[in-house]
Amino acid sequence: MTTRVEELEEVEGASLDPPYDYPAYRSTALRAPKRPFLVLPAGLEARSAPVFGEERLGQLDADLTRQHPGAPLGERIVVAGRLLDGEGRPIAGKLVEVWQANAAGRYAHSVDDHPAPLDPNFTGYGRCLTGPGGEYRFLTVKPGSYPWANHPNAWRPAHIHFSVFGRSFPERLVTQMYFPGDPLFPYDPIFNSVGDPSARARMVSHFDLELTEPGFALGYRYDIVVGGRRPTPVDR
Amino acid sequence: MSGEATEGGTGPSAPSSGAGGAFGPTPSQTAGPYLAIGLAPLAAHELVEPGSPGAVTISGRLLDGEGRGVPDGAVEIWQADPDGRFPPESAPGWTGLGRCLTDEDGGYRFLTLKPGRLTGPGGEAQAPHLEVLVLARGLLRQVRTRMYFPDEAEANDRDPLLSAIPDPGRRATLVAAGEGGELHFDIRLQGPEETVFFAP
Repeated sequence: MTTRVEELEEVEGASLDPPYDYPAYRSTALRAPKRPFLVLPAGLEARSAPVFGEERLGQLDADLTRQHPGAPLGERIVVAGRLLDGEGRPIAGKLVEVWQANAAGRYAHSVDDHPAPLDPNFTGYGRCLTGPGGEYRFLTVKPGSYPWANHPNAWRPAHIHFSVFGRSFPERLVTQMYFPGDPLFPYDPIFNSVGDPSARARMVSHFDLELTEPGFALGYRYDIVVGGRRPTPVDR
Repeated sequence: MSGEATEGGTGPSAPSSGAGGAFGPTPSQTAGPYLAIGLAPLAAHELVEPGSPGAVTISGRLLDGEGRGVPDGAVEIWQADPDGRFPPESAPGWTGLGRCLTDEDGGYRFLTLKPGRLTGPGGEAQAPHLEVLVLARGLLRQVRTRMYFPDEAEANDRDPLLSAIPDPGRRATLVAAGEGGELHFDIRLQGPEETVFFAP
C-alpha cells in the first residue's frame, strides 16, 4: 500500500484550463480555492462515468425552437459537432446539456435583470445524447450579447453554455461555446482567462456551410474534446 | 491578444476542433450565474426513494471565502452502490449520480445509500466515499473533492488517499459530520478550513 498522493504546487500554470484565481473576473475573489490541489493517483480515480438512458430524455430536447407554442425570435442556427477524447476518438452515448440567453441577450432566469425582452417562446435549454460517432446536434437561435456588472461597460461575447460527461467522472467538462469573429473577445475576462491563444481558439465554433440548412438556419460546428488534461505532478 | 481566436477556420475542410486552433482539450469556462437553466432539468438529489432501507441524508452548504453560502452553485456526486459497484454492474436502478442545485443559503441535500468499499490499484481497500464535483459562478473550472463517512474511522485511517494527507486538519475536511442516517458535509471554497480539492 504505497500509493502516493502528491501535492501539486503549480497546478494552475501547468494546465490549458483557466486559473481558479483570476482577478479580472471578480467573482473568483471569494470562490477560487487558495490551497494547493492534490493529485489523485490514476489508480484511485473513479474509472466509470454516469450514463443517461434515452428514457430520461424527452423527444424535443435538442430542438430549442419547438419547446413552446410559437417560434422564438432571432436567427435560427444549427449547432453541431462531436464529443471526442484526448486522442480524437468519438465518445458515444454521453449526455450533452446546453443553456443560453435568448436572441436579445436575456436569460429566462429570475436573477437576470438585464432590461432586454424575455421571449415567451424561448427557455434556452437543450440536451441530447451523443450518437455512435460522438455526434450531437442542436437547433436553436443565436444568443445575444449582454452586459454584466464585472467592470464598467462590461459585455459578454455571445455564447452557449455546454455541460458534458466524458468516459469517466473526472472528464466532466463545463464550458462555453463562442461564435467566430465576436468583437467582444478582447474585452471579456472569462474568454481571456484561458491564456493559451490556441486553446482559446478551441472554444470558438466555426461557420459551416455544410451544416447550414438552405433557407432555414445557419450552421456552426463545435467539437468538444475532453480528457488529455491530466496535470504533471511536481517532481520532488 | 485574441486575434487567433477571431480569425476563424472558415473553409469546409478546416479542423472542426476550433477556429484555427490545433487539436487539443477544450478549455473549461465558468457555469455562470444561470447554471440552473441548464442543470436543474436533470437534477436528482434523491438516488433512492425516501424511506428506503439504509437511506442516508447528506446535506451541507457550499461556502465562499467569507463563510457565506453560494446560492448559485451546483453539487454533483458520483458513487458506488452498497456493494461497491458502479453502473452497469451495480444493482438495477442504481444510477450512482446525484445533482443538486444550491439554495439561497448555499445549501444542498442528497438522499442516498452508503457506498461499499472500493479496491485500489494495489488491491488495498478504499474507505467508502463519494466523488463530489462543484460548479458555480466564479469558478472558472469545476472543483472536485471526496466525502468520507464518519463511522468508518478505521477504514478511513487505512484509506490510501486520506492517510496520505499529512495535515490532520485538512484530512478532516473530507469527512462528514453526524451519524447514522443524517450526515453533514460543508464544502468550503476558501478560508482556514478550506476543503481539500483534487486536480484537475
